[in-house]
Amino acid sequence: MSYMIEGSTGAWEVVIGLEVHAQVISKAKLFSGASAHFGADPNTHVSLVDAAFPGMLPVLNRECVDQAIRTGLGLNAKINLMSRFDRKNYFYADLPQGYQISQFEFPIVGEGSIEIELEDGSVKNIGITRLHLEQDAGKSIHDLTPKDTVVDLNRSGVALMEIVSEPDMRSPEEAGAYLRKIRAIVRYLGTCDGNMEEGSMRADVNVSVRKPGEDYRTRCELKNINSIRYVMQAIEIEAKRHIEIYENGGEVDQETRLFDVARGETRTMRSKENAHDYRYFPDPDLLPLIVEQSHVDHLKSTLAELPDDKRNRFQSEYGLPRYDANVLVAEQDVANFFEKVAKNRDGRMASNWVTGELFAVLNKQGLTIHESPISADALGSLLDLIADNTINGKIAKEVFEDMVETGDMPGDIVERKGLKQVTDTGAIEKVIAEILAANPDKIAQYKSGKDKLFGFFVGQVMKEMQGKANPAIVNDLLKKQLS
Amino acid sequence: MGAELTDKILDKKIVQRVAKLSSLAVKEDELAIYAADLGGIINWMEQLNGVDITDVQPMVGTEIAQLRLREDVVTDGDCKEDVLSNAPERIADFYAVPKVVE
Amino acid sequence: MLTGMKITEAVDGLRQKKFSAEELTKAHVNAINKLNDRINAYITVTADAAIEQAKAADQKLAAGDAPALTGIPLAIKDLFCTKGVKTTAASRILENFVPPYESTVTANLLRDGAVFLGKVNLDEFAMGSGNLNSAFGAVENPWKRQGEDTFLVPGGSSGGSAAAVAAQMAMGATGTDTGGSIRQPAAYCGITGIKPTYGRCSRWGIIAYASSLDQAGPMGKSVEDCAIMLQSMAGFDPKDSTSVDKEVPDYRAACNRSLKGMKVGIPMEYRVPGLSPEIEAVWQQGINWLKEAGCEIVDVSLPHTKHGLATYYIIAPAEASSNLARYDGVRYGRRVDGASLDELYANTRGAGFGDEVKRRILMGTYVLSAGYYDAYYLRAQKVRKLINQDFMNVFDKVDVLLTPTAPTAAFAKGENQEDPVQMYLNDIFTVPASMAGVPGLALPAGLSSQGLPLGLQLLGRPFGEETLFAVGSAMEKAANFTHKPTLRAGGSL
Repeated sequence: MSYMIEGSTGAWEVVIGLEVHAQVISKAKLFSGASAHFGADPNTHVSLVDAAFPGMLPVLNRECVDQAIRTGLGLNAKINLMSRFDRKNYFYADLPQGYQISQFEFPIVGEGSIEIELEDGSVKNIGITRLHLEQDAGKSIHDLTPKDTVVDLNRSGVALMEIVSEPDMRSPEEAGAYLRKIRAIVRYLGTCDGNMEEGSMRADVNVSVRKPGEDYRTRCELKNINSIRYVMQAIEIEAKRHIEIYENGGEVDQETRLFDVARGETRTMRSKENAHDYRYFPDPDLLPLIVEQSHVDHLKSTLAELPDDKRNRFQSEYGLPRYDANVLVAEQDVANFFEKVAKNRDGRMASNWVTGELFAVLNKQGLTIHESPISADALGSLLDLIADNTINGKIAKEVFEDMVETGDMPGDIVERKGLKQVTDTGAIEKVIAEILAANPDKIAQYKSGKDKLFGFFVGQVMKEMQGKANPAIVNDLLKKQLS
Repeated sequence: MGAELTDKILDKKIVQRVAKLSSLAVKEDELAIYAADLGGIINWMEQLNGVDITDVQPMVGTEIAQLRLREDVVTDGDCKEDVLSNAPERIADFYAVPKVVE
Repeated sequence: MLTGMKITEAVDGLRQKKFSAEELTKAHVNAINKLNDRINAYITVTADAAIEQAKAADQKLAAGDAPALTGIPLAIKDLFCTKGVKTTAASRILENFVPPYESTVTANLLRDGAVFLGKVNLDEFAMGSGNLNSAFGAVENPWKRQGEDTFLVPGGSSGGSAAAVAAQMAMGATGTDTGGSIRQPAAYCGITGIKPTYGRCSRWGIIAYASSLDQAGPMGKSVEDCAIMLQSMAGFDPKDSTSVDKEVPDYRAACNRSLKGMKVGIPMEYRVPGLSPEIEAVWQQGINWLKEAGCEIVDVSLPHTKHGLATYYIIAPAEASSNLARYDGVRYGRRVDGASLDELYANTRGAGFGDEVKRRILMGTYVLSAGYYDAYYLRAQKVRKLINQDFMNVFDKVDVLLTPTAPTAAFAKGENQEDPVQMYLNDIFTVPASMAGVPGLALPAGLSSQGLPLGLQLLGRPFGEETLFAVGSAMEKAANFTHKPTLRAGGSL
């Protein structure tokens, strides 16, 4: 059942912990009044504070603190009413102060936990160690000229949340599920946009392996991985590297490594070769951060609905199975789309159409729910046509395909193509009579016990009526005629 | 912790390591001088080992005020020329340094 | 002599049209031209800009729309960033740095009409007690030992500020005090200076040395002059997270308060072994003056202050090692090239910083580094807490403390220099108040047998500046310190 890697000396368990760096959604930076907005011209979203000019001082952004608290609440974590900012000292071209302001000893958010769901339907708790606020660095660009590295400080000082997990994950699948869950939570809360491709969410992955029942062995940290798929690949590759070292009688060095996607390997980061001594100490430009419990309570009472709560509600309100509800809440936009479709309609039917037909189209065309060729309203109208017996389910699929192609509303398509369901018993009886007259031998076989032929008659009738007959009426009438 | 630090003499190796952490070029002949100076200062500081600090909370800031917070409003930035005006080396609108190899 | 006046006198004279602001500024520019080659108080003189400011001041005075300091020529310690005017921190690493911004404190002074004569010398990055650690050369104390021409230090780190005021090359000056850098040079140069409560003056735009200790304050020819200047310099600044949102009281009015019933504490721990008998005598004199003024004298104890200096020389270098990391030759300041970025850093900082700055960076890095943090930095922060508690306990019983400012009079260049610890001992009386964040006022109280000024220090409760001005004014009257240094505008040079 559980994920193990078979080595020459037996099965190995993989131990994974994740550090997620999530960029806080805010207008201004963590300690300055410069814009935190992404994508400006070089060195324009930079104040003299961000460029660490002499005598410049940090002043903490209230919203960034609130965003961290909201995220902490979303992680079911303890909010620390006293936290503190420390300096992490090191030299780098894109670190203007020569230190990063971070929270080392007293983070704003303490222990918490989240649930992840796995493919086999099982549920697992992953512990959260802490969440703290820190400054982002600027950007070094190495390929603008042959001889220079150039530095853009637009990102310098933007607020990041570092979310640290316990080493509770045991497979790439669990790590992937964890990251998706964290991403869903921050997106639901509006505290981070979760876009890993743009770098607003990045993961450092700690990987070690051990024989079942052993204590933890030495871990390696894989830095700055920017997609869930790569995280999963990197874990497997790194775990196999450890196993090979151990099985050849070697020892794993604790170090920071880089995942090279193109080569499918991890390697030591040269710039991190020397073990750093960051000399953390409390930032004397800032005082301890005190948050009132009443403020935390207020943020809690105004918190957006979290994915797990939404799933529970979908289950009870729309009667969805847990699995389906989970699929729908994985992304907030999908959940919202679904709710629009399901409102005052059959929830299960709405869910089936969204996760079935619609997802198939989106996957095939590589579109997000935002770019869906069919709006929630249009899909809702289609469901209405089924519900009021204007069309049957089979015709509905034809209408749906037309909608994808033309963008027309389902009612118009039904009109245009004359797909309205036939519920006139006289018309159906007439067709049944013709079919039965043409197949006396089949009737005989049916009557002698070949029950399966009932389907043949239904099929023939539907075919004759171009699928537009109401299947329930066809069934009823056929049964009467054949008895 | 105290006793083991008493009479610690800083050797040149420690000064070298600290100089590296501080990004300070220190010449070979200066190492010994700094080692002696710093060793002297550190020995003098050993007097603090005699102070009873049981149950004393460290002082952070001067404890006169609480941290104030700023509203989330863009009030600064868009001052590229101020930011770059003192740069020893500038390429286009970037600061430039010798190529860093990752 | 226009340069011989106090600010209080000049403020009245300008309004009574006895002289113009332009005349007042030009008199000081002349004094600078005459004396600065020798004293080296100014790193940068902004004479033309000063005269322009003075002309504008005259117009405001004529229009009857003149704030308190209109037309008063001041010297600015070259640690305050001044917009468009080179700001060096007396360091090679910032020798060509021109800030595109004005520090809050200097902006406040400009708002109130002050004229800036230029930027004055200091110990590099404010690290020193003799103004000997300046990349732009030492500053000569305008005072001379009787019958000698020995080069005496003005104290530090605000040595240029103190010398400029003493030699009448400015009517007043800004200083900064981290462990005594206003009070000790004030004592050595026979002038008055106050380090306000931490958080009283904004640190925004002042080049940082040790952020939890740095505090700006005025240096002047009298207690009342300092009160007028601090009135302008102080105030809440939202750009400094450690600035305190508290109204600035009327300091000048406080100078005339009665001392009746006031309790003055004499901390026994300041009677250090080897304290010069002359200093001891001046201290006793000060006690007598305050008794006569109606104060009750109380012996008190600050048991942990004897550890102040060792604590300071852990905490200040630790903060400095981090504060000075930004001087890396990338965004501003001097750059010395290297084959790699790491070499560029090391070369830039190796060549850009002077010896004492490097020593403190190394020291600070060492006490913060892995394995030593608890033994040094954390322990120092705890001892600092004990020092702070000592002061708070004592201020439950007394209103103000009276101590000497420095253990000796100004020393000569070359004395005290071999051993850094000996040099650090100059700050022994000033450092404890810095550690506690409480205000301290230094004023001249008498002369040594060699004819050098000796100072006394008053320490107050947090935000007790008014009490310091009241007690300081009374002592100033009693002391009637009218002696003048050898080197001064209109002097014999």
